[in-house]
Amino acid sequence: MMENMVNVKINNKEYSVPANSTILEAARYAGIDIPTLCYLKDINEIGACRLCLVEVKGARGLCAACVYPVNEGMEIQTNTPAIRKARKTNLELVLSAHKKKCLTCVRSTSCELQKLCLEYGVDEDHFQGNNNSYPIDFSTASVVRDNEKCILCRRCVAACKNMQGIGVIGANDRGFDTHIASAFELKLGQTSCIGCGQCIVACPVGAIYEKDETQKVLDAIADPTKHVAICAAPSIRATLGECFGYEPGTDVEGKMVAALKALGFDGVYDMNLTADLTIMEEATEFLGRFKEGKNLPLITSCSPGWVKYCEHYFPEFVDNISSCKSPQQMFGAMYKTYYAEKVGLDPKDIVFVSAIPCTAKKFEVKRDFQNAAGVPDVDIAITTRELGRMIQQAGIDFKALADEKFDVPFGIGSGAGAIFGATGGVMEAALRTAAEVIEGKKLEKLEFDDVRGTEGIKRAVYKLGDVTVRVAVVSGTANAKKLLTAIKNGEEQYDFIEVMACPGGCVNGGGQPTQPAVVRNNVDLKALRASVLYTADKNMDLRKSHENSAVKMLYDEYFGEPNSHKAHEILHTKYVKRGL
Amino acid sequence: MKKKMTSVAFNGTAEQLAKLDELIAKHKGEKGALMPVLQGAQGIYGYLPIEVQKHIALSMDVPLSEVYGVATFYSQFILNPKGEYAVSVCLGTACYVKGAGLLMDKLESLLGIKNGEISNDRKFSLDATRCIGACGLAPVLTVNEEVYGRLTPDMIKGILDKYN
Repeated sequence: MMENMVNVKINNKEYSVPANSTILEAARYAGIDIPTLCYLKDINEIGACRLCLVEVKGARGLCAACVYPVNEGMEIQTNTPAIRKARKTNLELVLSAHKKKCLTCVRSTSCELQKLCLEYGVDEDHFQGNNNSYPIDFSTASVVRDNEKCILCRRCVAACKNMQGIGVIGANDRGFDTHIASAFELKLGQTSCIGCGQCIVACPVGAIYEKDETQKVLDAIADPTKHVAICAAPSIRATLGECFGYEPGTDVEGKMVAALKALGFDGVYDMNLTADLTIMEEATEFLGRFKEGKNLPLITSCSPGWVKYCEHYFPEFVDNISSCKSPQQMFGAMYKTYYAEKVGLDPKDIVFVSAIPCTAKKFEVKRDFQNAAGVPDVDIAITTRELGRMIQQAGIDFKALADEKFDVPFGIGSGAGAIFGATGGVMEAALRTAAEVIEGKKLEKLEFDDVRGTEGIKRAVYKLGDVTVRVAVVSGTANAKKLLTAIKNGEEQYDFIEVMACPGGCVNGGGQPTQPAVVRNNVDLKALRASVLYTADKNMDLRKSHENSAVKMLYDEYFGEPNSHKAHEILHTKYVKRGL
Repeated sequence: MKKKMTSVAFNGTAEQLAKLDELIAKHKGEKGALMPVLQGAQGIYGYLPIEVQKHIALSMDVPLSEVYGVATFYSQFILNPKGEYAVSVCLGTACYVKGAGLLMDKLESLLGIKNGEISNDRKFSLDATRCIGACGLAPVLTVNEEVYGRLTPDMIKGILDKYN
């Protein structure tokens, strides 16, 4: 069906645009990007920053394009002297209360405010605002907040409340004293923040960022008494390129491996391997619980943001979470037990690093029951952004690197492991293995299309042999809240649920490279990045976790069989009922 | 002006809680219900204690940060309990130019509490108010319903002594 269209004039030229567009959206048809600082599509639509001002014929004053709907015959101007002057003044007002530490800011060159200030040629000292001083909040393991850089756009507040259904931050006080913080001025670490980092990737400036741990990694590499190994999460090969100017959706696995080797790690491994190991453990756990009808639905445990969310907001579901450690933690645990024994390393001398798309993983490495060898399974978790900075700092010309391969014996991952980084990937990987175990024969079609795609909640029923399995796949904790509430109220029933804290899964994680609103509003980053993983899977011969030879080796040489006593000791964990 | 939470212990009663729950139930599902509920809660408790804000957030399924954000945005919402004698100093324009700021300084030093706080024995609380419409008597303060006008700082001690 044709969408309802209306005719508008933008800068004196005629366009036909969908009737439900805003002026901002309509301007895209004219090839014009109207600047925005507060607007983020579907997340924050409050018309507050006044950067998207345009002239509408007949309207009183300038209009905020991000929230102003078009109508038939509307005449719009987007670039007049009056508009440029208003935008410039508004930028100068925003700057008047902004801590201008741009030279050393983590967002320098990727800051949306900085870019606009350059474009509009503002005088950064035109106005001297009321610069309140706020202490930097270092209280969480994941997220750092510097309110002196905050421009009060409220994208973080909207991401936390609307997108994630959490809302541990909001605007406190009023006027010049307005600042984004938690209720009663609690530090973020004292609240039920899950550390997902969606506030970071929403922030247009450098007011929120990950807790940088790159120096710890560099110190470890420089220490000759330490064996320093790193494993790369499934999704970061799909995003790391963005730190070096590649278009979103570019697979840079080979260059990423080469860069990690150039940084001087003693071992560079593929976390897709322990994604496969997770599937062996979790699919077995599922089949066991399914047979006994105990603690169903089983809910996945790969996403530490989700696990913490469940512990805080739905403690009654904690027993439903799979006891499997996440792939990151399984890797460290396996490395410091099996591999350390095999090559004669003292676990205390190993520094195990993970490169991950996630800020919540920084909290996960510090959790209890994550120390199989008597020391933390993983020592340092660094985000895609931190890894990008380390590579830049080391003077490595990323684009010029020749592709390299992961080190043996932990460089083998299946296509099932690869798709862990996208919402639905864990479920599909588990179904591939569970189906073959139950049916006792090879699957004809490996794709489980119903659980693919970026939709927030996906539901499907599969017949595996003679059993029927009801599954759901959720991404974004606001969607998790919806589904768990429906289950609690007896409205929906499932046997197996995958939950990822971040909308779209790890490809859209809080540790991924930031993209400005102009990209996020117009491109489906989640789908674009996920396509890298599904393409990789499609092109692989090895596409099922249980066929991974390295996984088989681990069971043959060490763990015996999935869910064995030894596997339980090393690869499984426990959770806490935290409450609010 | 920045609002500060009180350090005075919460001592709500079961009757107050029952009233609050009744109020919340009355507004259930209503759009924009938070404001009338907060107003009602302040009527019940005299101020908006942390415990009450938490209860409202949980019962109404509104993030606590939003409840606190609204409570700190509107000057009508108060986060500190009032003392047995609530001292309010008018800091409206007329009173201010007539030296109301000096009255405030004197009160802060004599009572040992700051603007917006309450004494440990809960006897006195101290607040600044906007214009109370008694500009002819500037500078003015009130103790509960009692109005005192044309004041100088050296008259403050005598006023407080009447209540001690």
